[in-house]
Amino acid sequence: MATVSAETAVRARGISRPWRLLAAALLAGALLVGLGVGPVGIGVTGIVESALSHLPFLHVHSPLGSVQEAVLWQIRAPRVVLAAIVGGMLAIAGSSYQGVFHNPLADPYLLGVAAGSGLGATLAIAYGHVGTSGALLPVAAFVGGLTAVAAAYVLGRSAGSVRAAGALVLAGLTVTLFFTAVQTFVQQQHTNTLRDVYSWLLGGFSTATWKDVAVAAPYIGVSSLVILLHRRVLDVLSVGDEEASSLGVNVARLRLLIVLAATAGTAAAVAVSGLIAFVGIIVPHTIRLLVSTSYRAVVPLSLVVGAAFLVLTDVLARTVVSPGELPIGVVTAFFGAPFFAVVLRTSRSMR
Amino acid sequence: MLRRSLILVAALAAVLAPAAAAKSHAASFPVTIHAANGDVVVTSRPTRIVSLSPTGTEDLFAVRAGSQVVAVDNDSDYPKSAPHTSLSGFTPNVEAIAGYKPDLVVVSNDIGGVVASLQKLGIAVLLEPAADNLAQAYDEIRQLGGATGHTPQARKVVAGMERALTKLLRSVPKAQRRQTVYHELDPTYYSATSATFIGRLYKLFGFKNIADAADATHTGYPQLSAEYIVSSSPDIVVLADSVCCGQSAASVAARPGWGSIAAVKHHRVIAVNDSIASRWGPRIVDFARAIAAVARKR
Repeated sequence: MATVSAETAVRARGISRPWRLLAAALLAGALLVGLGVGPVGIGVTGIVESALSHLPFLHVHSPLGSVQEAVLWQIRAPRVVLAAIVGGMLAIAGSSYQGVFHNPLADPYLLGVAAGSGLGATLAIAYGHVGTSGALLPVAAFVGGLTAVAAAYVLGRSAGSVRAAGALVLAGLTVTLFFTAVQTFVQQQHTNTLRDVYSWLLGGFSTATWKDVAVAAPYIGVSSLVILLHRRVLDVLSVGDEEASSLGVNVARLRLLIVLAATAGTAAAVAVSGLIAFVGIIVPHTIRLLVSTSYRAVVPLSLVVGAAFLVLTDVLARTVVSPGELPIGVVTAFFGAPFFAVVLRTSRSMR
Repeated sequence: MLRRSLILVAALAAVLAPAAAAKSHAASFPVTIHAANGDVVVTSRPTRIVSLSPTGTEDLFAVRAGSQVVAVDNDSDYPKSAPHTSLSGFTPNVEAIAGYKPDLVVVSNDIGGVVASLQKLGIAVLLEPAADNLAQAYDEIRQLGGATGHTPQARKVVAGMERALTKLLRSVPKAQRRQTVYHELDPTYYSATSATFIGRLYKLFGFKNIADAADATHTGYPQLSAEYIVSSSPDIVVLADSVCCGQSAASVAARPGWGSIAAVKHHRVIAVNDSIASRWGPRIVDFARAIAAVARKR
């Protein structure tokens, strides 16, 4: 029986053409809306002509003034691009954690990545005096995130067999609670830098620059590529460790590889955008409900839909109280939590 | 022992008696102070004051009650001579505060019911919350002066502040008063509107605050978007995140897209000390002086 279910899972179809087109259209639409909406009104034709004017040999004259040009290409465009790559990364990382740990509620925060990155950043601000715009901050967050996941992994291994994914999940929770406690302690010792840390932890793209994109993109690119290449392996892993082993898969090594890739990408995303929850759960589950439960569909679609989702969420974050801003973590939680409840109900009734 | 203290008292009385006779206020205890936590009776001249409010500490030292202060909280960094301790105004510990055997405690926030807890121990507590306007800030200085036996000094401090601020306001020519200003609280562009204490100061100068149009939720401290700041192109940018977050005129000029802002082009981006800009004590005059200087610049 087990072999039969494993084979059907492995043979499950990838993405059908309409879904592929729809996802691409969604992302393209989201990027356009992201570029077109903001406190400074710039029409679609203005954006297109301005974009063309930046291309060589076309000799198109940009209709925008210097302020509009600066707003569009130095402030709005990096913001949209950063939201897209972070959203894609969080969603694809969520889907891979869910596959690797057989846990539908797993997301990039489960293994303590967020808490670890948060602590790393807090320590850097409190003791390293780097400020939220310091170049050291992403590195500190990155080191903290990887430390947390390593701690969770070691703790999970020592607490139970490697195959018992539940032990890893609990270890991740333990690490999260411990790191959060340390972070609260450090913040209390440095109340003068509290404001700085809080604004960073709340997350968001309000200060996004091309530099942030350049910092995060390599990690996110490599991580996504590794996960994409292993989407079939995730299908095999999802049917159970024993079945996967019997199919000739080195479960422990592949699990470690995928977890490392997802964590490195998430840490890079957290480093440039703070803590943004729910993306890693909402996006993969929506795809499972609408398209397919096969990771061959869930992984690539998560990347594309996650990008579109966070770009649109960020549009809300900067337009709801425009020209003020809402922290994007608040927006994702506000829409994510009720959505999550609906997903939970639907998946239960479908069972 | 008793004899020694008697001699000391006698000696002190000999020194103080003429002064006391000249200034009748010295014998004005007990006094009733109308603070934010109601009428507080201070039975005798306090000699063991604990301040858990950085602004309260600055006020106390300004009215020359500094020698009566035995402990200040970990955020009270001015004046340098204040008796700094690890006491916290954010997470006040009643036992730790009581350990200093205070006869007067000054707080700016009643966190965790600290006011009631201290009063239960028979300690007089003055709640002096963040001021909304200058009048309130002056009131707090007068209250702290009255509670510590320094009423005339407090009056003098307030009069001095009023005089200095009036002079600074007048020093800016009428033609340069209609400038737009952006007050930056942190590098994620949180700002302060004209409804806040600091915002009211800008309003006194006649400035137009770009945060006013962005405060949809009326918190007084909206987060602005970079686009909005750049397109508003404020004439003056005030950085109240220079100490916490290392911001400066140079770092602002280096932000992508910010080069077109009028304040950046005309070198009217100034960094102010975060603490001075977030407190409501006598040093607000220093802040106003920095603002007036940049506003006068042509």
